[in-house]
Amino acid sequence: MEAENARLRAEVEALRARLRALEAAGASADAPRQQPDGSSCTAAAAAGAAAPAAAGARPSRAPPAGFVSPHGLTKPQAERYSRQLLLPAFGPAAQARLCAASALIVGCGGLGAPAALYLAAAGIGRLGLADHDAVEISNLHRQIIHSEARAGAHKAASAAAAVAALNSSVALDVHTEGLTPANAADLVRRYDLVIDASDNAPTRYLLSDAAAATGTPLVSAAAVGTDGQLTVYCLGEDGPCYRCLFPEPPAPGNCARCADAGVLGPVPGVMGVLQALEAVKILAGVGKPLSRQLLLFDALSGRFTTIKLRARAPDCAACGGGGGAAAAGDAAGGTGAQAEGPAGGACCSGRGSGSDARAPRGRMRPEDVAAFDYAAFTGQAAHDGAPPPLRVLPPDQRLAAAELRDRLAAAGLGGGDDRDGAANGASSSGSGGSGDSGGAAGCVLIDVRPTAQFGVMSLPGAVNLPFDSPERFRERHVASVLALASCGAGCAALAAGAAARDGGASGYGGAASATGSSGAAGAAPRGAAARAAAEQAAAEQQRPVYVVCRRGNHSQLAVQELRAAGLREVFDLAGGMEAWAAEVDPAMPVL
Amino acid sequence: MKLCIEFGGGLELLFGNQKNYDVEVPADGSLTVRQLLPWARDNLLQDRPELFMKGDSVRPGILVLINGCDWELSGTLDAELQPGDEVVFISTLHGG
Ligand SMILES: [Zn+2]
Repeated sequence: MEAENARLRAEVEALRARLRALEAAGASADAPRQQPDGSSCTAAAAAGAAAPAAAGARPSRAPPAGFVSPHGLTKPQAERYSRQLLLPAFGPAAQARLCAASALIVGCGGLGAPAALYLAAAGIGRLGLADHDAVEISNLHRQIIHSEARAGAHKAASAAAAVAALNSSVALDVHTEGLTPANAADLVRRYDLVIDASDNAPTRYLLSDAAAATGTPLVSAAAVGTDGQLTVYCLGEDGPCYRCLFPEPPAPGNCARCADAGVLGPVPGVMGVLQALEAVKILAGVGKPLSRQLLLFDALSGRFTTIKLRARAPDCAACGGGGGAAAAGDAAGGTGAQAEGPAGGACCSGRGSGSDARAPRGRMRPEDVAAFDYAAFTGQAAHDGAPPPLRVLPPDQRLAAAELRDRLAAAGLGGGDDRDGAANGASSSGSGGSGDSGGAAGCVLIDVRPTAQFGVMSLPGAVNLPFDSPERFRERHVASVLALASCGAGCAALAAGAAARDGGASGYGGAASATGSSGAAGAAPRGAAARAAAEQAAAEQQRPVYVVCRRGNHSQLAVQELRAAGLREVFDLAGGMEAWAAEVDPAMPVL
Repeated sequence: MKLCIEFGGGLELLFGNQKNYDVEVPADGSLTVRQLLPWARDNLLQDRPELFMKGDSVRPGILVLINGCDWELSGTLDAELQPGDEVVFISTLHGG
């Protein structure tokens, strides 16, 4: 009770201060932005973050008296949020708590975009926006907080601009350095709540650990393809953390990235809005948060399901054992209140002021978070960007895009002649293809990208044999390539050849795709006979083989496999289709 | 034993891109999840078994739900299944 009283007194004082600041700012009509919470700006500046707008001039005029708002809401606040104030399930007390609360959004992408906009619109007092990435045009189908005009800008700064335009009374901290093990706990502890809107496994573990180590509730969501998931971690006495659910990291092969697997724009939109909703509920102290529950969204069947999750694990490496409940009880203020459950708007005690009495929930402490190697733990880098370039093949087994263009043209594959004349922007690739890898051409062109990428655009005559792993490529595709290579120009007896001809002349998209065991050259024979046949085929190589992929990584590994199988005339396209688009065919779309 | 098996979060891609299976699983009276996993791998899975199972359990990152509840609440591998139970395998998502 003592702690609760202190908390309420602090809250009232903070609200009074905000009221004075708001009224002062409101009195100066031409002030572009109101910056009600000076302390948060200071906090942001101290962290090296660039606050998008400095506090406006504050005339020191005495606030006008004349109306009574028991919850400390100002006239602009009461008017702006009136539809929430009139709502019996929300009302002025909840609104006042929200206006005095702060949240950190990690990731200003498909989830963070709607989460930030809705939290700002609903009247959160202070918002931290963290992202190290820059806006790309291919983000805009789902990351609606950004714009064409801000392509290339820091996502965190771009998001801040949109939020400021929507609600100028929200104090903003922009963190363009993103979340790192070194800064995570310090960053998270400056907010009442954190939203995981990130896009990769290492960041999800890092953020959950930082939330556990600082006793900060975490609203987590994810979206890939047409599926979405949402839950709340580190809330209340029995709420689990991410590690409670997933003590062991997933295999990288189980982690589809939006950049590879695709995502339907409104799906992260739905999930991000739901994150804002959960955050509003927790910060304002209304409703029942989705702690120990996982909400699943299946967009294709239009179905939401909520399932019951395990409680916090006593042996959890992050939130189990150690301090936990005992430490939370000992801590003054915030954490003690938080442990009482969500209905009291409990976690909002440290709001905006930078004061922090929250304790670690379990054995993991802020210094442990800083020392943990998340990239090694998950086997993945903490970004959704391109993998680092591989250097596997010696340079004489790699071709620059222009070199490959000339070789393909000489072999009768792809039209290399009218490239400069294609003034209307129509792709050259569709115009000149006269042969194909399966039959008439003097070379074999293998595209090892996933079938979905191949389906969007491909080079004429290319045969699609996707590369998942060296083992699978060996198992499924090497024999097919050997058969194609040993079959001279003019040979048209192969299944892959027929498949290639079906779509090979259609330019981008629609070329041959021979996936899996049903694909090229029929089923490969197995065992000793297969090896003998493969050696024979490799020895009889008639046509050179060129291997392309998206960036020139998988193509190197595929060439390695093919050389190991005995082929000598096999090369990859250095830099992949991205290099082709940059150096040979600017009209080709880059995915 | 008749069961409804469902795959989600992208896991369905390993199972012929089909999310729902109504199946009859051979059982001597009782059936545990430990027994169901290899059966699903051998009879339903079409691609990349290493992304579904690790040892005798599911791959890390996969949540198992029995009738809408985390299998942790009913004994994980030793959870006993009843006819008509709904078993869902969900791959945790990371994208955003
Ligand atoms: Zn935990």
